[in-house]
Amino acid sequence: MSRFSKSVFVFALFSASTAAIAFDGYQGVGRQATPAEVKAWDIDVRPDFKGLPKGSGNVERGNELFEEKCASCHGSFGESNEVFTPLAGGTTKDDIKNGRVRGLSSGELPQRTTFTKVATISTVFDYIQRAMPWTAPKSLKPDEVYAILAYLLNLQEIVPADFVLSDKNIGDVQKLLPNRNGMTTDHGLWPGASAKKGGIGNGGVPDVKNVACMKNCKSTVQIGSTLPDYARTAHGELADQYRHFGPVRGTRTLEGDAAKPAAAANPNLELATKSGCMACHGVSNKIVGPGYEEVVTRYRGQTDAEARLIGKVKAGGQGAWGSVPMPPNGHLPDEDIKTLVKWILSGAK
Amino acid sequence: MVDIVKQPGLLRPAPENFLSETQVAAVAAGRRDFLRKSFLAAGAAMAAPMAARAAVEGDSNILNLPEWSTTLGKPVATNPYGMPSKFESQLLRRESPGLARVGGASVSFAPLQGLFGIITPSGLHFERHHQGWQDIDPTRHRLMINGSDDKLLKKAKVYTMDELMRLPSVSRIHFIECGANTGLEWGNVAVPTVQYTHGMLSCSEFTGVPLKTLLEDCGVDYKKARYVLAEGADGSSMTRTIPMEMVESGEVIVAYGQNGEMLRPENGYPLRLVVPGVQGVSWVKWLRRIEVGDQPYATKDEAVHYIDLLPNGLHRQYSSIQECKSVITTPSGGQSLLTQGFYNVSGLAWSGRGRIKQVDVSFDGGINWQTARLEGPIQNKALTRFNINWVWDGKPAILQSRAIDETGYVQPSYGQLRAVRGTKSIYHNNAIQSWKVVESGEVTNVQVL
Repeated sequence: MSRFSKSVFVFALFSASTAAIAFDGYQGVGRQATPAEVKAWDIDVRPDFKGLPKGSGNVERGNELFEEKCASCHGSFGESNEVFTPLAGGTTKDDIKNGRVRGLSSGELPQRTTFTKVATISTVFDYIQRAMPWTAPKSLKPDEVYAILAYLLNLQEIVPADFVLSDKNIGDVQKLLPNRNGMTTDHGLWPGASAKKGGIGNGGVPDVKNVACMKNCKSTVQIGSTLPDYARTAHGELADQYRHFGPVRGTRTLEGDAAKPAAAANPNLELATKSGCMACHGVSNKIVGPGYEEVVTRYRGQTDAEARLIGKVKAGGQGAWGSVPMPPNGHLPDEDIKTLVKWILSGAK
Repeated sequence: MVDIVKQPGLLRPAPENFLSETQVAAVAAGRRDFLRKSFLAAGAAMAAPMAARAAVEGDSNILNLPEWSTTLGKPVATNPYGMPSKFESQLLRRESPGLARVGGASVSFAPLQGLFGIITPSGLHFERHHQGWQDIDPTRHRLMINGSDDKLLKKAKVYTMDELMRLPSVSRIHFIECGANTGLEWGNVAVPTVQYTHGMLSCSEFTGVPLKTLLEDCGVDYKKARYVLAEGADGSSMTRTIPMEMVESGEVIVAYGQNGEMLRPENGYPLRLVVPGVQGVSWVKWLRRIEVGDQPYATKDEAVHYIDLLPNGLHRQYSSIQECKSVITTPSGGQSLLTQGFYNVSGLAWSGRGRIKQVDVSFDGGINWQTARLEGPIQNKALTRFNINWVWDGKPAILQSRAIDETGYVQPSYGQLRAVRGTKSIYHNNAIQSWKVVESGEVTNVQVL
């Protein structure tokens, strides 16, 4: 063997071992994002307003938009508790001054609303922009988001009725948020660096300390609460929520008819459920909108009932049954709407 | 107790020792009338099985061969994607009535009362959606990684599923628990079964790429970028802030696999974030974007929801870790014991801070405790199954479990938790769960302070 070929052999060995060590990245995997792509998806708005789009909107325009796009779930004044927890209400002028919502600790607040909780106005802008309206998320233009937010701030009596909210003055509004001083990060549930080390929280120190006593740990057992009777049956037949064999049985909680297995499948009811109708309407009971039996009663004897109801389901409506409007359902196939209306008018059986 | 007559296959002999020593002596002395009375008394408790034995030579399921032993079965691939037995129709994901008005922003609970081991079948994994679930075309799905500022990342990048699945992957078993799990019970007992008290809990083997790998591929500047924003591709485009320390540890995974197959659509198909030990809301589903930043983001689900109200009116923000917790699943609320005698009491324990070290079980409402068996392997931030023997004597009992994790943290009582956090916190209720057993064998949900 010549010296030459030997040196080639040594060189080959050397290069193989360095190739195993010197990893040169995941070549061919991923590519640089274009500025337009980043712009299309990077929609978050931070508490320091990084990411906030330029724009403006006034309370009056916000009122119109809210009525059109938001009120069907949130009520005309953001006060509705029918579909989601209320947006507005629950704060006072003093809260705006102090930046702490007193009702949160005094027990006077029947229910927390968005504005009793939120400490950062950026949060509300970001969320409306990314996720609202419910059935058409990301369809609002920045000026529309500003307008809707201006309307909500006016409902909350944070800004006057002639207010124009914009990227220029949103920082001033932040200083008026009723619960702006209402958050703490001094707890042990943040899994990152502690506040002392430039992060959040106390570094993971728990707030509750139990000890693992094993014998005669206490003299009496204090029962704080037991299952209320109504709660025993509120989740249906528990006997059918466990196997019918094994070490235990589900406890039979319903008697008589209610304990019988559900009736045969009802394709119309399934269609109504699938189409989202049953979220707001019961067959016999009002939920947000009227029960179907009430609808039948009201339209009895009217020959154009079917056509009118088809129109209402498609376009939505307000006022006929109370203050919470029915949202438009133009996205449902015409055939489905017709089937549903016929079914409802025939008694929703 | 469940009616013994309805229990299949029971051919019960007279219970042992149903005659006392004195009575046995009486029998031996020839007083047979007494023995007859004793049999009647014993027979009253055992009436049907005794009658059954008298009537037949044995269990008809043994004596008469069943049809599955005497006919031809079905061929392979009859069900190309296999389904549970037709007899397993009871254990389903279920909603809690009245919890939410809109199914797209609701919860379905996993049926913990009937699951074994630690892995949740993918079809029974709990659901929590913020704006409905989507079934995303994986060939059209993209993951973007960018910085809140150009200085935090050398270059923003886009990855397709093809590319993500070419990268080195890891597979790890972790639990996921909604921050609001057991939230219905902060103030008082509200729901009947473990499905509704603890069913926003599941555990799977997840497969994917450590997020660290991707961030380093983009040239992240760890010195400046200390926070990560994860964002979904669904309508809600759910967002949450995650600390960079967790990403650097290598634990945070961009996952596509779940229990050997792709993620289910309800669980984020084709891509979700896995943030071990942290509440489910941070495990962003349908993951489309990761942004690295130099401050937290105060997104809706960390500034309006998923904030913990304290008695002083302050809310805890960015509360994320699921602290050490456990629950007995068999027997549990809404169940009834069949008879007196032996039971394998079984449950689950987990901790967002690491491994489970010990689980103790009490049968007397927390006066005395015994250490349960842990079924291995015991894994980091994963469910751990525990079991303990119990002979039920027919008397009332209160069953509890208390978990301890590797940090030494001991799961607290309701009294201890409420003393610090009040009753309106909604989130992060990890109190000791109590199940009361009464003479009839019925098990119900109670709270021991």
